[in-house]
Amino acid sequence: MTAGRFVGQRVIRREDRRFTTGEGNYIDDIAVAGMLHAAFVRSDFARGIILSIDTTEAEASPGVIAVLTAADLNAMSGPMYSTLLGEAAAAPPMRALADGDVRYVGEPVAVVVARDRYLAEDAAELVFVDIEPQTPVIGPVFALDETDQIVHPERGTNLAQSFPVNDTPEVEAAFAGAAHVVSRQFTQSRATCVPMEGRGLIASWSPSSQTFEGWVSSQNSHEYHAHMARVLGVPHHHVRLRTGDIGGGFGQKVMVTRDEDCIVLASKALAMPIKWIEDRRENLIAANQARAEILDVSMALDEDANILACTVRHVEDVGAYAIGGHASASGNLANIFPGPYRIPLYGVGSRSAYTNTVGRGAYRGPWLSETTAREQMIDHIARELGIDPLELRRRNIITDEELPYTSATGMVYDNMALTGCLEQAIEMVDYEAFRSQQAAALQEGRYLGLGLSTYVEPGAISWGSLAAERAVLRIDPGGKVRLLLGSGEHGQSVGLTMSQLVAEYLGCGVDDVELIQGDTATTPFGGGTAGSRTSVIAGGATIGAAKVLRDKVASIAAHLLEAAPADIEVLDGRAFVAGSPAQGLSFAEIAHVAYRQTDQLAGGPEPDLEASHRYQPPNMFTFSNACHVCVCEVDIETGLVDLQRYIVSEDCGPLINPMVVEGQVSGGVVQGIGGVLYEHMAYDDAGNPLASTFLDYLLPGAAEMPIIEIGHCETLADTEGGFKGMSEGGTIGAPAAVANAVADALAPLGVLTGEFPMGPSQIIDLIEAAASASA
Amino acid sequence: MADVQMPPAVPVSVRVNGTARSGEVEARKTLADFLRDDCGLTGTHLACEHGACGACTVLVDGQAVRSCLLFAVQCQTREVVTVEGLTVDPETLTPVQQAFQDCHGLQCGFCTPGFVVSVTAFLADNPDPTEEEIRIGLSGNLCRCTGYQGIYAAVRQAAAELRGSK
Repeated sequence: MTAGRFVGQRVIRREDRRFTTGEGNYIDDIAVAGMLHAAFVRSDFARGIILSIDTTEAEASPGVIAVLTAADLNAMSGPMYSTLLGEAAAAPPMRALADGDVRYVGEPVAVVVARDRYLAEDAAELVFVDIEPQTPVIGPVFALDETDQIVHPERGTNLAQSFPVNDTPEVEAAFAGAAHVVSRQFTQSRATCVPMEGRGLIASWSPSSQTFEGWVSSQNSHEYHAHMARVLGVPHHHVRLRTGDIGGGFGQKVMVTRDEDCIVLASKALAMPIKWIEDRRENLIAANQARAEILDVSMALDEDANILACTVRHVEDVGAYAIGGHASASGNLANIFPGPYRIPLYGVGSRSAYTNTVGRGAYRGPWLSETTAREQMIDHIARELGIDPLELRRRNIITDEELPYTSATGMVYDNMALTGCLEQAIEMVDYEAFRSQQAAALQEGRYLGLGLSTYVEPGAISWGSLAAERAVLRIDPGGKVRLLLGSGEHGQSVGLTMSQLVAEYLGCGVDDVELIQGDTATTPFGGGTAGSRTSVIAGGATIGAAKVLRDKVASIAAHLLEAAPADIEVLDGRAFVAGSPAQGLSFAEIAHVAYRQTDQLAGGPEPDLEASHRYQPPNMFTFSNACHVCVCEVDIETGLVDLQRYIVSEDCGPLINPMVVEGQVSGGVVQGIGGVLYEHMAYDDAGNPLASTFLDYLLPGAAEMPIIEIGHCETLADTEGGFKGMSEGGTIGAPAAVANAVADALAPLGVLTGEFPMGPSQIIDLIEAAASASA
Repeated sequence: MADVQMPPAVPVSVRVNGTARSGEVEARKTLADFLRDDCGLTGTHLACEHGACGACTVLVDGQAVRSCLLFAVQCQTREVVTVEGLTVDPETLTPVQQAFQDCHGLQCGFCTPGFVVSVTAFLADNPDPTEEEIRIGLSGNLCRCTGYQGIYAAVRQAAAELRGSK
């Protein structure tokens, strides 16, 4: 493993002192003078006509300032498109508040603004919305193929986006001539991000200066900044947004949602600062969701079980008001589906459907159904052909000798440990020993299973407004170092890892560096922290800036020490002539000259201790890869799945901080496990969300999670530092590993899996279905 | 502004982190909101407001309770300790807080105060827990970031540290 003085070291986080003692500063901890509080009135119907809205009683309720409806806010709003995708992106007809009709349960119909949140909620209950219900459009296949009801009449179709099937005659010929053809359907159930802190913001409009100031819980403050400037119809520099600490995001806080737009507009309408803090029920029924996808996969194989061709048909549910465009990640899904395997011929088609449910948005590994489906498919094929699933993977995985390898979709894989991670994970689990235990257990009537999942993760997508990042780095007059980035830390330890990079490449201590982020008035434009991009892109920018600043420090020191810049070393916050560390100058002494005694540099270097560097990775995707192994036991009487071991071997390049990487892997894996075994954002046929509390929407808990064992392989990417993104990988790999483990355990009973969730009741149903099929 | 029928206020007197707090609150005000809004102790976080996630856990007379499920007036004359009150000296972390930092038992930090308070109470009741007991002891708190791995390790370290210091 690569390790420097700071890069590669398990440095702990300074900010944890604040967090563990209650000194965090999250959005609901921030207050501004005169701040009012908002509560939403939301639709209880999935689809219907608004006959009337009576706000009379609510307006007379104690402490109420105003009750705002579409008539008050919608006409004020500028365009609500995202900065990333732009105005031209296919998107639903956005609106702030429901106007004339409602299109999902939870759609905001009115905003009550009152002196405190209790009073706002009291009044919200007194707003009477008379809705004539209509038959809702629920389920993507129903929306596309089985109804003439239209979610958005303005669009005239429920098709949100699509790309047509692109099977070539060669694909069709490969299937026609194959020794084996296997086809299966895989359904991913709807799930959602569930940050422990929901959405929230304080919006403050100044009518005299026509400026807007906001504090927001966002992963991506610059995206929010530009969006809010458009919604308010003000120039970009009339907006300033700041974030405090952010209580999780996982994709939910990457783009502005209409609820947030409503608060921004309400602040302008009333010319008063307004805070809105989402409660858990709102977060579960009205914040963006994801994962509702169906994939039909077919694979053609030769007599030796080498994959010849693959086809994929993808259908997904993007809800009514998808976030930031159509919110589909199907482009990535289509490109990445072949994954780590040699699949020479490939065809794919995708359709996304508007339905009368809450809109789709980003969620950690938004395209991950490619891995979920592909890896389950490999196991299904293995069982059907009577081959061990590990052996089938070994036959088809791209070997090191084949790298660089261009996939059937034109993705170029290089500098990856595809076989390395597979073999390391197999060794960690002791595959042969497990198969013996499994056979012995089966003799005792116990059902053990092992599931494998391998994948490539297209991290640090460098495209559009996400293409590049800038780092601004300066030594301040006191000799300490301040870094400014367009990142949006919400648990990723960005401040720590970027400080480690500065310490390594500038030559100071980690504690000498402070990161400023989230303030759009002071930080450089950036794409925030999401999409496994910060270590690669912001990290590359930080290294570049640190190198430039190091040279500035060396030049000033060389002038003052009467030495050649090339002879200067910078280490531990001091610059000195190589070999004579005692005769050097501290950063404080250098800063003193640069800021207060610039005459000393007359005729020499600029009195400048600031560097700025913008970095764009060399490729649109920086691929990391991993292999997951899950070992479980299924109780066939109760349907309970006991996760006994969980192993991840992954290659994300050099680890800036192994503690942080392992934390990201573990958190990701547990979210992936949750989406299979526990979490299900179900809707009934009338479009009612069935999980509106943590008693219905079950997050993985501490009592059920396995110990996660993590191994690392290391190949260097072409990026600055060789880093690859990795924070989504845990979530990408885990669903298939868990599903395959359960399927492996139940294979002796003839159970066929493929649909999520796999909770106890679903597993019992599968076992009973298999029993009656064989009876 | 219609200001005529504000909900009635009730006098309340509570000791919070060793300091007597008296005032008038609405009878319906939760202990969590009283701590956050009236006492300015924003370390107690609300993540579900229905008693499921444990983020708002505080100690009432030494017992870990969910402050979103109690009304402030129910704590009349009681002793409440929040995450801010666990440290005797604000510069020094408690063994539980130190273990969360050492073991990367937190990422975004939002659930952390609830975990720190819960684990403090848990280890006071059970200073030498087994792995299974640790898992059960943590089962009343939800974390969405860490996958619990660093939290398991933090409880082990804090337990050992607290036993060693006795």
